[in-house]
Amino acid sequence: MATINVSRARSSGLPPTSVPPRRRPSMSSRIQRNATGYLFLIGAIICFALFSWYPIIRELLLSFQKLNLIGQSEGWDGLQNYRHMLADPNFWSAVRVTGYFTGFALIFGYAVPFVIAVGLNELRHAKSYFRLLVYLPVMMPPVAAAFLWKWFYTPDNSGLFNSVLHDVHLPTSAWLQSPNQAFVVLCMVLFSTWANMGSGVLIYLAALQAIPGELYEAAELDGAGIIKRVWHVTVPQTRLILSLMLLLQIVATAQAFTESLILTGGANNSGTLVYLLYQDATNFNNFGGSTAIGVVLLVVLMLFSGPYLWLSRRGSED
Amino acid sequence: MATFDTTTRTLVSRAQLSRPGARRFYWICLVTAIIVFALVFLFPLYWLVTSGLKSASEVLQSPPTLVPHNTDFSNFSTAWSELDLGRFIFNTAYYAFGALILQLVFDVAAAYALSKLRLVLGNVVLFGMLATLMIPATVLVIPNYLTAIDVPFVHWDLTNTAWAIWLPSVANGFNIFLLKRFFDSIPQDLMSAAAIDGAGPVRTLWSIVLPMSRPILGVVAIFSTVAVWKDVLWPLLVLTQTSKLTVNTGLINLTGDGIPENILMAALAIASVPTIVFFLIFQRNIMAGLTAGSVKG
Repeated sequence: MATINVSRARSSGLPPTSVPPRRRPSMSSRIQRNATGYLFLIGAIICFALFSWYPIIRELLLSFQKLNLIGQSEGWDGLQNYRHMLADPNFWSAVRVTGYFTGFALIFGYAVPFVIAVGLNELRHAKSYFRLLVYLPVMMPPVAAAFLWKWFYTPDNSGLFNSVLHDVHLPTSAWLQSPNQAFVVLCMVLFSTWANMGSGVLIYLAALQAIPGELYEAAELDGAGIIKRVWHVTVPQTRLILSLMLLLQIVATAQAFTESLILTGGANNSGTLVYLLYQDATNFNNFGGSTAIGVVLLVVLMLFSGPYLWLSRRGSED
Repeated sequence: MATFDTTTRTLVSRAQLSRPGARRFYWICLVTAIIVFALVFLFPLYWLVTSGLKSASEVLQSPPTLVPHNTDFSNFSTAWSELDLGRFIFNTAYYAFGALILQLVFDVAAAYALSKLRLVLGNVVLFGMLATLMIPATVLVIPNYLTAIDVPFVHWDLTNTAWAIWLPSVANGFNIFLLKRFFDSIPQDLMSAAAIDGAGPVRTLWSIVLPMSRPILGVVAIFSTVAVWKDVLWPLLVLTQTSKLTVNTGLINLTGDGIPENILMAALAIASVPTIVFFLIFQRNIMAGLTAGSVKG
């Protein structure tokens, strides 16, 4: 509308002052609005461009280039970085560790908080006590929490876990220094679950509270026992949040890093993919390998974070 | 947000609970749960603090002592004065505060422009920002690191400066998402009314939108502060001088020196104090923000 009027005014050769005052501001105000708008946006756009958009493209490009010791490009190199990565036994070990980590975390980090939340939701007392305690570890600096657990896992009897096991006459364990890769990862996951499950429990608790009581009432009248009520009321009613947390959990655990860095220092093939990515860049000066791992993770994680975003958008529209 | 309404019926009905046998069973469950929670979540913290109190020989003793013989805080003062923990805590607070301010200024302005000013190509920008939610920052650390050591066009080296933490923190698609969704819910009538009264976009943002947005600004503020405090990988890459380290990277740096376990535990306890205190103060907001951010976001 406004543009048409203005162009008419122009083509008729009238001086700008003769244009009806109501219409002229609408054009210039649009320009002004956009100018102000982009002025508002500029800070965020620069930061996004520098630290989100450009790095995505740059990572893809760098992964096909030969990179020197400080990460500068020395020309195109085809799939060489990827070939090196696939031939590297450390890579496959890291894939296994990350796979175990994600798998165990699905059992512990994903299922346990839900079960705990369902249980806590039945308790009518000390509610703030439970919520406060379960979230405490989440608020510890992750490195401090990891060092504490590393010390619990001390393999001789001065370690807390072994001394407890020793006291009740159970066999002690080498924990993080065990030669069994899967077991070491399990120890890492136990720590990670302790440190992170607070958010999951609180989110589930909020979702459980939104379930209408009549549904349980109706199920009970139909003769459904507790297990049946959980299965036919609780789970379907929290399905959206359960699926969201599942995807979120996979994305989060596939990025596990602090656990490897602090608990084991990557010893005995216990480094995750992100740990290897970090090692490649800092200790091995292998930026090519690092970017190749980055691209692999990027692609794999998008397979999970994409559906997550789609689901959460759909969820918030409902 | 997460208010517990005791009258709402859950899995087990009140009638079921008030039967005498069920009553006793409920109390047994409750007490067991209270004890298990204390063991799992409080005992490790007790162990942390008491191990910090122990002497160098007691801390390595096998089996360990439950109550330390020693009750003076000399290890804590040693850890504080010799390991420079105050510096790390101050640094982290400084990085977190700056990140908080920059995110509030730039992300609020951006979300407001995208929500209310109907910009040409605004949807493209919005899509670009929200699409970054699909890509976790962790997988981009290497190109981001290369950007931080030599920023394109201006060729600044951001490493070992606070900007290396601050600028990437602004590129947070989740903030944009939360803030824009909130601004979208502010009625357009209110904006038009302000426009008729002659308020420009800046004035409208300042006097109308921001006062209404306090809850969501609180959520963004808490998320941004906690994120800086919990980040490990990025500060490990870009902050390498000892005087610039954060709490997390500072602790990593310390343990290379082979300090005794009791001093280390005292150090870990001190390093955990700021966030735990922060949590105890902002408990309600943190928990509300958690559900506001994740259930719908």
